[in-house]
Amino acid sequence: MKIGAIAGITFKEAQRDRILYLLFGFAAVGIIASRVLAVLTVGDRIKIIKDVGLASIALFGVLMAILIGTGLVYKEIDKKTIYTLLAKPLHRAEFILGKYLGLALTLLVMTAAMTVIFLAIVYAHTLKIESGLLVAVAYVFVELLLITAVAILFSSFSTPILSSLFALAFYLIGHLSWGLEAIIKKMGPGAGRTAVRGLYAVLPDLENFNFRTEVVHNLPIPPAIYLSSLLYGVCYTAFILGLAVLIFQRRDFV
Amino acid sequence: MADAVRIRNLRKTFRLGFIPRSREILRGIDVSVDEGQIFGYLGPNGAGKTTTIKCLLDLIHPDAGTIEILGRPASSPRSRAALGFLPENPYFYDYLTAREFLAFTADLFGLGREAKTERIARLLKLVGLERAADLPLRKYSRGMLQRAGLAQALINDPRLVVLDEPLGGMDPLGRKEIRDIIVRFKDEGRTVFFTSHILQDIEMICDRVAIIVGGRIVKEGGLRDLVSEKVLFTEVTVAGLPPQAFAGLGESVSAQGDRVLLKVYDESRVDEVVGLVHDRKGRLLSLSPRTETLEDIFVDTVTRA
Repeated sequence: MKIGAIAGITFKEAQRDRILYLLFGFAAVGIIASRVLAVLTVGDRIKIIKDVGLASIALFGVLMAILIGTGLVYKEIDKKTIYTLLAKPLHRAEFILGKYLGLALTLLVMTAAMTVIFLAIVYAHTLKIESGLLVAVAYVFVELLLITAVAILFSSFSTPILSSLFALAFYLIGHLSWGLEAIIKKMGPGAGRTAVRGLYAVLPDLENFNFRTEVVHNLPIPPAIYLSSLLYGVCYTAFILGLAVLIFQRRDFV
Repeated sequence: MADAVRIRNLRKTFRLGFIPRSREILRGIDVSVDEGQIFGYLGPNGAGKTTTIKCLLDLIHPDAGTIEILGRPASSPRSRAALGFLPENPYFYDYLTAREFLAFTADLFGLGREAKTERIARLLKLVGLERAADLPLRKYSRGMLQRAGLAQALINDPRLVVLDEPLGGMDPLGRKEIRDIIVRFKDEGRTVFFTSHILQDIEMICDRVAIIVGGRIVKEGGLRDLVSEKVLFTEVTVAGLPPQAFAGLGESVSAQGDRVLLKVYDESRVDEVVGLVHDRKGRLLSLSPRTETLEDIFVDTVTRA
């Protein structure tokens, strides 16, 4: 109930953020522009539409999560609205979870809206709805849930600008860390390899949620991969949210 | 009578600045507030009043000491189930209307739909915001925000109400209304813990006060015990006579036109002043004995500390 109330007010607040609509506008333009790009392409046009469309949903979704998420908790502290909230019988963990769920709901609505535009464009070309595309979007959303948790983690102790930089760095590292796997394979056994392996284990691997190439090119994906990716996303998100709660619980609101 | 608030040896040090320096804000605060009392917490700016309140609400974690609210440790969110809080300069979600904001705070206490609707209507009436209930809070004046803040502090029908500067920014009429509401709390059996810079208001409504200076309680007691009935001096306003006429009888504080304001410290000389005015055909405009006020005690205590 309390978490629901906080989530509701967060959803309401996020809806009022102009940046949300600006990013949604850009995403819509990106998805629609994929059709123009397809016209200019030699070869399989529908692949370009799917590729650019899915990339637009992923990119603008992440920007929404970071730019809105990093301000959420900070704004409450900066505007001192948090004094009134935490003076109620509300656990600080409930506050963080409510904020998280509110933004997750906002992103769900936005992702759904972007997906509708995307599927409409694809349908106009193929005259069918492909379930694979929905799976790819679903995993984009799982990634957004993790990025939202990261944004809220940084927002609980840092300013929005710094938090945005940290969250963006997390996103970039997460999409490049798979390179470490290649390095590990090429390294001989020893302390160096153990260190790189340890680093790879700690760093996020957001490529786990990227099924876009496989879906666009109709490549087969074993169901176990779907499950392990989902589990990875849930565990990593829970870990980050736990960390955010831990930090937030220790804070003094001076 | 049970303690509504019990603070023992509360200490808090902050590390402030780019190169952090320790600053001890609270240096062992001991305060007890009986249930049903109106307790005034006074002190100059930076004395530690708001820090104490924030510790009470667990917004700040103390370095040492214990705080109990209605018998529960303040660190537990359950201790705030029967507590209402109005912060200094309240900030709320300004895009919500007062009614929406109160509904949101009611949800934080898990009130049912009927209880919520009834209580919101009652509180809007109590604080005089019925007509502005459906306006967004950003259109509210400071005084109206203060009223909305008071309403949200009462949404759970609290046994303990903590008010941080509740009378700041209010016009005289609004101050009186809020004062009356606070007095009504006492009649309803609620405990009120509040800070204010407006000492006259505290003097009017408090049962007990504590004065904090530099993070320490330097004076605490029942208002009647602290403020004596002793006459400090008598203020006499006279017209038609020059200030020199009262040499040796009292101190001439000001002279405007043919009016002279005198302070007569020796009570036995007041009759002499009245007699002199009568004999020399002057006019006695006013005569008022000035007893000790909370302000006198406050200024004296803070200066000594």
